[in-house]
Formats: sequence, C-alpha cells, structure tokens
Amino acid sequence: MIVDSYRFLPRSFRPYYEGRGPFRGEGEPVWAPFEKRLGEARIALLTSAGVFLRKDQQPFDVEREQTHPEWGDPTWRPIPARAGADDIGVAHLHINSADIQADPEVALPSHLLAQLAAEGLIGAAAETHFAVMGYQDRHLHDWRERTAPEIIAALRDEKADGLILAPA
Amino acid sequence: MPVLARWIERAGIPTAVVTMMPAVAEERRAPRIVGVEFPFGHAFGMPGDKGMQRNVLELGLRVLAGAPSFGTRVDFDLEWPVPLRDAYRAWQPAEPSPIVRKLIEARRGSNA
Repeated sequence: MIVDSYRFLPRSFRPYYEGRGPFRGEGEPVWAPFEKRLGEARIALLTSAGVFLRKDQQPFDVEREQTHPEWGDPTWRPIPARAGADDIGVAHLHINSADIQADPEVALPSHLLAQLAAEGLIGAAAETHFAVMGYQDRHLHDWRERTAPEIIAALRDEKADGLILAPA
Repeated sequence: MPVLARWIERAGIPTAVVTMMPAVAEERRAPRIVGVEFPFGHAFGMPGDKGMQRNVLELGLRVLAGAPSFGTRVDFDLEWPVPLRDAYRAWQPAEPSPIVRKLIEARRGSNA
C-alpha cells in the first residue's frame, strides 16, 4: 500500500506541510553509503517525541513554548538504551503522550533493537540513543548550529554505522 | 526531522527516517524513507504490540542498509487497527498546542 501522509492530520493543517518543498539550500541529494552488512553494523535510534529521563534530565522547555507558540526547545537528550517506561517522561505539547509513557518502544524501540542485536540481525545496538523535541521547522538555526553537530559528535563517539530517526 | 537526517547523512552517517508523513519527508529530501500510516506519536506501532513494532523496525533497518540510492521510499503495508475516527481523536493532546491555539484564534479573528 501507498501510505496517505495526511490521514491523521487535521485537514486545515495540510497546507502547512504539503507542497512546501525542501528548506533553502537543502534540495540536493545527500548520500552516505551503508557499507557494512547489517549483521556487522552498530545502529542508533533518534526520536523527536520529547522523551527525557525523569530522574536525571530537565524536561524539554514546554513552558516557554506556551508563551512563545512559534518556538520549540532545540536541545537534545541522550537516552541510555536500557531506559524503560519507569525512567522516561515525555515533554511534547503536540501529541497525546499516553501511549509513549505506557510503552516508550512505540517511539524509541531501544529494547527491541537490543534484542535484534542479540539475535544477530544487527551487529550491535548503540548504548545511548537520542531524543529531541520535534517542533522546529520555523527556527532551524539552533538545530543546525548546535544540536546537529552535538548529535553527530555523539554518534561518532558511539561508533554508530547508521541511524534510524522517527518523528513523533 | 528530514533535515536533521540530511545533516547527519552529510557528516557521513547513513540515516533512515521512519515517518507517518513520507510525502513530506520526500519533499524535504530525506535520503531514505519508511512510511507508516500510523497516528502521530506511534512511529513503530501500537503500544504493547511487539510483533508490529518489530516489523516496522526491521523494515527501517533493511531500508537503512539496503536502499540503492538517494530518495528511496518504502511504505509499511499495514492499516492502523483502530477505527479512523477514534485513532484521529486519540493521538491529539487534551489541549491544543500553543501554535494550534494561535492559528485557531487568528482564524476566529479573521472571521469576526
């Protein structure tokens, strides 16, 4: 089947997404070849569901977003692969987070990825995955200048051979 | 999110985006795309459904490792197993997000 990209989007929001084209300067193809076999590769995950560790990390700043509706917190959080539902909070004003709170694997399937590594489908799962708050389209500056370089550096530290990103 | 994938890809790390809006990921020029016709907040499927989550993640991994060229898109062949009206209502926050509230207020203002 061909996925209907707007099936769950309120009809009045569709023009904000459809036919907008690439961001300025981001129209050309970019390509990093995946050179290893999957069974030898180390894989990391990134979610934009606003996931954070309740005990150890600040939530994403949704208070400021309440007073500045066009702003979204551009920071990121490292999420240890072993973190589970008891460890994780969700700070995201654009979705009902109840299902992610109940089962974080719907947004960041780190336990499942570890299982696939144990089975040999992938070589290894990263020890640390990544969370952002994915409401950034209006202000990409901080993401471009700070968040992305930091995540890239962390991916290199992790020796990640590939990354699966999942928007919320 | 697609633009973040592009920056990471440009740094030499292959990426795949698993998204409920694959047409938008194509427009935003993500290198590898897996489309899922799931409600927002549920990229890998239903809570507690390990089989569904596994099928989506495995497809993501196979597209990550095996996509032959830039712009490859593969859609996950499953309809969300909840009636549309219920699922549409369920994914949305109890309160409209600040930007949605602002848009609604602007529309009310222009209609007044």
